[in-house]
Amino acid sequence: MRFPKRRAAAVLAAATALVASACSGGGSGGDQEVVLEGVDDGTTLTMWTRAATEAQSQALVDAYNASHENQIELTVIPTDDYQTRVGTAAGNQELPDLFALDVVFAPNFTTAGAYLDITDRIEALDFADALAPSHLEVGTVDGARYLVPHTLDLSVLFYNKDLYAQAGLDPEQPPTTFAEFAEHARAVDALGGDVEGTFFGGNCGGCFVFTWWPTIWASGAEVMNEDGTESLLDSPEAQEVYATYRGLVEDGVVAPGHNEETGATWVSYFPEGNIGVMPMPSTMLGLMPEDMNIGVAPIPGLDGGESTFVGGDSIGISANSENANQAWDFLRWSLEAEQQVELLAANGDVMARTDLADNEYYAENPNAAVINDLVQVGRTPYSLNFGQTFNDPQGPWLPLVREAVYGDPDADLTALNDDVTASLGS
Amino acid sequence: MRHSRKLAGALYAAPVAVFVLVFFVAPLLLVGRMSASDWPLLAGDRGINLPANYEGIADNPLFWPAVGFTLKYTGIVVVLLIGLSLLLALIVADRRKGTGFFRSAYFLPTTLGLASASLLFFGFYSPAIGPLDPMLEALGLEPVSWLGTPTAALWSTVVLIVWKFAGFFMIILLVGLQSIPPDVYEAARLDGAGRMQSFWHVTVPLLRPALGLVLILSVTGSLLAFDQFFILTKGGPDNSTVTVVQLIYREAFQRFDLGAAAAISVVVLAALLVLNIVQFRALRKDA
Repeated sequence: MRFPKRRAAAVLAAATALVASACSGGGSGGDQEVVLEGVDDGTTLTMWTRAATEAQSQALVDAYNASHENQIELTVIPTDDYQTRVGTAAGNQELPDLFALDVVFAPNFTTAGAYLDITDRIEALDFADALAPSHLEVGTVDGARYLVPHTLDLSVLFYNKDLYAQAGLDPEQPPTTFAEFAEHARAVDALGGDVEGTFFGGNCGGCFVFTWWPTIWASGAEVMNEDGTESLLDSPEAQEVYATYRGLVEDGVVAPGHNEETGATWVSYFPEGNIGVMPMPSTMLGLMPEDMNIGVAPIPGLDGGESTFVGGDSIGISANSENANQAWDFLRWSLEAEQQVELLAANGDVMARTDLADNEYYAENPNAAVINDLVQVGRTPYSLNFGQTFNDPQGPWLPLVREAVYGDPDADLTALNDDVTASLGS
Repeated sequence: MRHSRKLAGALYAAPVAVFVLVFFVAPLLLVGRMSASDWPLLAGDRGINLPANYEGIADNPLFWPAVGFTLKYTGIVVVLLIGLSLLLALIVADRRKGTGFFRSAYFLPTTLGLASASLLFFGFYSPAIGPLDPMLEALGLEPVSWLGTPTAALWSTVVLIVWKFAGFFMIILLVGLQSIPPDVYEAARLDGAGRMQSFWHVTVPLLRPALGLVLILSVTGSLLAFDQFFILTKGGPDNSTVTVVQLIYREAFQRFDLGAAAAISVVVLAALLVLNIVQFRALRKDA
């Protein structure tokens, strides 16, 4: 039997219409009605995070999945690949419902429209004022909020109390000025043998900003202008920080390997027990050997004061998510007091909120309490070109700081600082 | 009949054709399009902006040093790789007791991925976790900064690459050696040729196709070096080990500029194309 041509065409048209309506029927996109408290209706959500903050994300997701209808599928991506994966997905509109991000890269993604505006949802939280202020600020564009703090990682001084005692220092008196920090490092280094005064990642731009900038901030100076378009890293305060570390290098107070340390192993020195005092990420606290007698203190300014680089991850809902209300349900829940205390503080981690420090876990873990108190005073620098200027090994920041520490002692840093400004403003 | 045979032929070729179209031609066209466009990673295509991406290459202060370094690295690696793999192939060419073991031993590093091998060597060289410095100290020697100076970083990487690939090229050359008929050596010996003479006048000319393949593979591979430097040195110290492909990566994923990255890719592709044509011509002419 021959199939009449006209009938075939009609069938084809009907089929096409059916397929088309099926495709458009599913997603309501960003048009869905906002439910401020979130929705828990058994939706499966996708979420990405980087390996560096996997432990905290996994703990939150596991607890959420166990107690909710909604289920989150967490994908952990190697830290070095994270920018590549998330950036590519953003360009192709293939982002998961939720994704966390190293907070310094947040401006790239918020201004590119990768995240959903959640200003109303955040404001509806009765603890909105207690969220880590510097993370919130960096996740805000023209008054619109896109991100909430997820996992916090602060730079703080770690010092080895046993080595302090051996060197004749008071183990309960960590340095309160930057000069004292250098003094302590020298005193411990004088013990000799395998013991070294301090350590830093000398070929790692990200390590430098994280551990050295707090001293500049605590001294009342700035590292960039407010818009993050002009570098102020040749200021007298900055130069004194470089010069102090330079002195420590010249006198052999810094453990060998600093010059080539690209950031992969810089935190592995201190836990071995031979380093006196050094600034490190607060997330290292839970990874220290149990029998090690360590103290934690704020990074001091040149003449006192204290500050920290509030790093870690912020998290938001992707702009193309079709489950924004369900995704918000997880974010809201994760920021509630019970989860913050029982999942983060209990583990010695810093909380995303500043109003919960008075808890049983911090009472027994004074080091964690010291760190959590810094969230209030700490800073998260803002620049649209942060990564390519400061984290990128080929960026212009590394040549500046390496010249200041390893290069000609009388070098004029103006031109190198101009290179940093050029990169920030490009 | 002829018609259906043609059709069958086309059907057999179709899977490969589709594969080439989807995985080679389409990406190539896309890269060409990207290189002519303003294409931020996060925002997607923002329209044509010729020739800004190409002009930007010349303004990039890292570009020419990266080209120079990549060529220098390629020169060193190619000479060492071909020399060593030929030596290894000659050592294990004859079937004697134990050759099987040595063939496997030399080939073993090939089975490792380049990224894994780089991480392994990173661990070896590391002053924090590596075994090399403690071993030197145990022998009463000063520790060495394996990746701390430009020269050390280059040679430490070269050692990794030669270790990783010499066995692979050895196998190619071994197959070449085994395809030379024994009669030729016999004839040379009857004519009074010594060992060195028969190596230069019999082995090398007859090994030319295999050597040519090894040359092209090692040159192309070295010019496209990325993983080993990304993992071992991150281009440092002081930008002394930045390769051209690292620049492409930097433009795309540090500076979020796919257009600029694609423009460098197109230039590298064109250079490789010319180089390969020259290599093929040279090898064919002499043969």
